[in-house]
Amino acid sequence: MFIVNYIKEVFGAIKSLLIGMRRTGYYFTHHKEIITEQYPDNRNTLVMADRFKGEVVLTHDEQNEHACTGCTACELACPNATIKIVTKFDITPEGKKKKAIDKFVYHLELCTMCNLCIVACPTDAIKMAQTFEHSVYDRNELIKILNKPDSKIRAGIE
Amino acid sequence: MWSLSNISSAIHNWLNQTFNPTWAMIIEMFIAGIAVIGLFALLGLVLVLMERRVAAWMQIRLGPNRVGPFGLLQSAADTVKLLVKEGMTPNGADKFLFNLAPFIAMMVAMLLMAPIAFAKDFQLWNLNIGVLYVTAVSSIMVVSILMAGWASNNKYSLMGAMRSGAQIVSYELSAGLSILTIVVFTGSLNIADIINAQSNGWWIFKGHIPVLISFVIFIVAVTAETNRAPFDLAEAESELTAGFHTEYSGMKFALFFLAEYINVFIVCAIGATLFLGGWMPFHIGHWKAFNQVMDYIPTSIWFFGKTFFLIFVIMWFRWTFPRLRIDQLLNLEWKYLLPISMFNLLLATAIAILGWHF
Repeated sequence: MFIVNYIKEVFGAIKSLLIGMRRTGYYFTHHKEIITEQYPDNRNTLVMADRFKGEVVLTHDEQNEHACTGCTACELACPNATIKIVTKFDITPEGKKKKAIDKFVYHLELCTMCNLCIVACPTDAIKMAQTFEHSVYDRNELIKILNKPDSKIRAGIE
Repeated sequence: MWSLSNISSAIHNWLNQTFNPTWAMIIEMFIAGIAVIGLFALLGLVLVLMERRVAAWMQIRLGPNRVGPFGLLQSAADTVKLLVKEGMTPNGADKFLFNLAPFIAMMVAMLLMAPIAFAKDFQLWNLNIGVLYVTAVSSIMVVSILMAGWASNNKYSLMGAMRSGAQIVSYELSAGLSILTIVVFTGSLNIADIINAQSNGWWIFKGHIPVLISFVIFIVAVTAETNRAPFDLAEAESELTAGFHTEYSGMKFALFFLAEYINVFIVCAIGATLFLGGWMPFHIGHWKAFNQVMDYIPTSIWFFGKTFFLIFVIMWFRWTFPRLRIDQLLNLEWKYLLPISMFNLLLATAIAILGWHF
């Protein structure tokens, strides 16, 4: 019946509005829920969200070894040519030539933090770091070499 | 005891002893004007800060907290910024109407201040048709908005103004009808009479169901009339940049901004007067001790407390609900609020005649 539906609609609307107001009222009275970070003041204790993407880094372990095989999958995946991998050929003890990275060049000024290189990497060598204070006075400083000097590929990674 | 009415009558007596009655009257008017402007400025500062704090806390943010202790000077700093900004008038605008519109908005807000009773025996003008006066004058507001929108020579402004016109014209009906409920119960349009009728209980308690319904309708309708979210189609930032005041800057913009907040204060003051007993303290039946304690709280505190409570509720609406579309807005008014408030008026009349209220 029309009039019953009409009244039901009115009460349903009031109920749903009150549910919304209860939520905001809860936030209004519970200040511990506040998520604002007062950044420059709490710089030492700042906690970043897990999914925040600041820059690409090549992870190194204690023996100064990384997992990058120089396959250039990340370079191909990058939509705006942020990554340039310079390869070289190492001679293995058996006398074979093996492809390895010479320089992992990363242009931070071009990077859009799209995460496609991290997805493309077959050996999980690179990841997104959570640093964000990237300002420098010279744009050349934004071109970074990600592999540390004298670093080697970790054994067993093909 | 100190109270606003004692101070005002002391000033009145002193002026009448010192000057002749005509001059005393003129000086009193002058003082009243200064007091209203002062109240405006103060309310603007307080309400803007309150709005920003309430908004922040409801959205799990901190809000202004840098300028002054706890950010209390934030709105003062904003005002100074607006004062030193250039008040631009666009080339294609109708210059006279463009510059006139913000002043009309302010004048309406000022005129509405006249019949409001701020405390016991403290009222600028106790006219016998106070409620009618308020509903009549508040509809001039739409003229200033249409004027601003038209004179700006900007499509966003004009669209915002037209929406605002449709909105204010339609929501005035249900606001008026919900006010009529109280008029029916009291039998008077005089604001002082309406408050005195609530000395043994506020209308929202005495009038039970019909007054409760009309209170809800009143709050919804005045939220729409003051162009605040969820009914802020007139300025709809995401669609029309700023609606009717897109082209305004500097102090002319600030006048519109101030007028909006003053209007919110005024409609909440009217709501508090009609439904929550104005300056009447909260009394419970025959609890003598409790009632006496309540009487010790000054009447002005009661009035401003109730008004600010209603302002808080309207801010709560604003930061909870999403904006309505124009067709939803008109549906809500013509298909829901208006029929309900008409039926409610009938119910209220029957209850008032049969004496079924407390």
